[in-house]
Amino acid sequence: MNGKLWTGGTIALLLLLVALAGPALAPHDPNRQDLVSIRQPPLWVGGAWRHPLGTDSLGRDILSRLLWGARVAVVVAVASAIVSALVGIPVALVAGYARGRVDTVLMRVVDVWMSIPAVLLAIALMAVLGLGLWKVVLAIVIVDWTRFARVVRGEVLALREREFVEAARAIGLRPLRVMTQELLPNLVPLIIVLVSLEMAIAVGVEALLSFVGLGVQAATPSWGAMIAEGRGYLMVSWWGMGVPMLALIAAVVGFNLLGEGLRERLDPRLRTTA
Amino acid sequence: MSLRFLLSRLLLAVLSLWGVSVLAFAILRILPGDPAILMAPVGSTAEDIERVRREFGLTGSWWAQYGAFFLSLCRGNFGRSLWLQQDALRVILERLPATLELAVTALVLATGGGILLGACSVWRRRSWLESGAVSLGTLGIAVPNFVWGLLLIVVFGAILQLLPVSGRIAPEYEAAEVTGSAVVDVLLRRDPAALGSVLAHLILPASALALPLLAAVFRTIRSDLLGALGEEYVVTERMKGLGEVRILFCRALRNALIPTVTLVGVQFGFLIGGTVLIETIFAWPGIGQLTLQAFQYRDFPLIQGIVLVYAVTVILSNLAVDVAYVFLNPRVRLAQ
Repeated sequence: MNGKLWTGGTIALLLLLVALAGPALAPHDPNRQDLVSIRQPPLWVGGAWRHPLGTDSLGRDILSRLLWGARVAVVVAVASAIVSALVGIPVALVAGYARGRVDTVLMRVVDVWMSIPAVLLAIALMAVLGLGLWKVVLAIVIVDWTRFARVVRGEVLALREREFVEAARAIGLRPLRVMTQELLPNLVPLIIVLVSLEMAIAVGVEALLSFVGLGVQAATPSWGAMIAEGRGYLMVSWWGMGVPMLALIAAVVGFNLLGEGLRERLDPRLRTTA
Repeated sequence: MSLRFLLSRLLLAVLSLWGVSVLAFAILRILPGDPAILMAPVGSTAEDIERVRREFGLTGSWWAQYGAFFLSLCRGNFGRSLWLQQDALRVILERLPATLELAVTALVLATGGGILLGACSVWRRRSWLESGAVSLGTLGIAVPNFVWGLLLIVVFGAILQLLPVSGRIAPEYEAAEVTGSAVVDVLLRRDPAALGSVLAHLILPASALALPLLAAVFRTIRSDLLGALGEEYVVTERMKGLGEVRILFCRALRNALIPTVTLVGVQFGFLIGGTVLIETIFAWPGIGQLTLQAFQYRDFPLIQGIVLVYAVTVILSNLAVDVAYVFLNPRVRLAQ
């Protein structure tokens, strides 16, 4: 077993548990403002047990907001990674299997799509779509399906030359069956890796969008929004920004390590060099 | 062969430009919601909205709208910025040099730093240098740009108070812009103190922008070099008595440069996109900062223009990579 897989897997699992149990674990209502105890320090800076991670500039409990924010991060990560895969993979299968003109046209579309910087496209989409959790997911899918289309298509091109695919064609299987029953099962390792890497990206993009105020609705606690809120009081209460930022870093690094660990484990070409 | 390759890439670039114009056009129209209502100020009457619709070519069929949009783009007319009440293209072009200065600096930092770090990590295997570099490689790729920016501000701006965290130059050195690039401007003025101020302002945002790409370059170089160490040509050089350092930095590194150029080219668009957040965080007066301001003012002509200019920058840089590729890769260059 490799260390990346363990570390990444543990962080991802922990995050998933927190997202599921978050509301039950949270000691306070994440949106309850308590204007008498604003910017309370966390425990290790001399804070009280009432607010273990301190409070923000409106007196909201940072631990509770962090736990609820984990739920937003996980929902966005899982949903946008899966839907991006569901959009990108069929395109990749068709392009890689058909080759020729179909492939050229589809891949040119992907090229053009990718020539608009992802962050810019996501922000533009959110400005038009409006705020909200599912709109964030939609924006990420619209931006990132191309990632799956391009990478998976490369693998399809390589796979379709292998004997088992030729054999399937030779016995007269229809293209759709070759794609779904011969090619797709062999793509699963690659897809699993891409999905976990995509989750890392999605968590980052959600935080980024919420940071600039174009993510989830203002009442929904999100790490990005917490970072933005804490940034204004950086010099007086660093934990307002520092705590959610650490959570965000842990999450993106965790999903990333998970993806890389899986790649090293699932890809036989990498297993020897790792 | 290489000429044909270049021509086909040029054709692709032109095609991409056209595709981007379609996408920029579609963003506003394909999604639910009436763009005229989005653009009109809050509390507008039905007549106001109708006026906005006429003014911005939002009447008639989609084909007619796109035709008009495309023709005015060809004439260099991006429309008028609603917020600044100026020609949108002019506003963008005024701000573009600042963004390019930031992006190019980041590109140099990322490529140079990544190559150096990659080579050093292989040179000094099993040392603190290697483990540090590998951790940075993991963190650099995963952590988004804007988080790097905030971290650098906290460490160098707030805690150490070493470097300025906003703007391009200290107020006392400010002078009229000549070239648009602050670095070139102060070099022309031969003012070392001002140059110091400009570089001090540049280093943090450029580093924040560069870190993810630096990590990617580092990993490519490192895995290439590690692979190269077992190759026959390296063994031969070793037998010829060439020192490890020379083999690594002169021979093996040269072979690792081609995949690096490709990587940098592919990732440059990502880096350019990062300027939106980095410029906002560091109050850098380029088109990245302009982007979020344009959204706040719901200035759609300006937004469309910015999306187009960003895309053109990415497409042109991809083209430049293709040209560089022809010169760097003997298999492409000599195949004629």
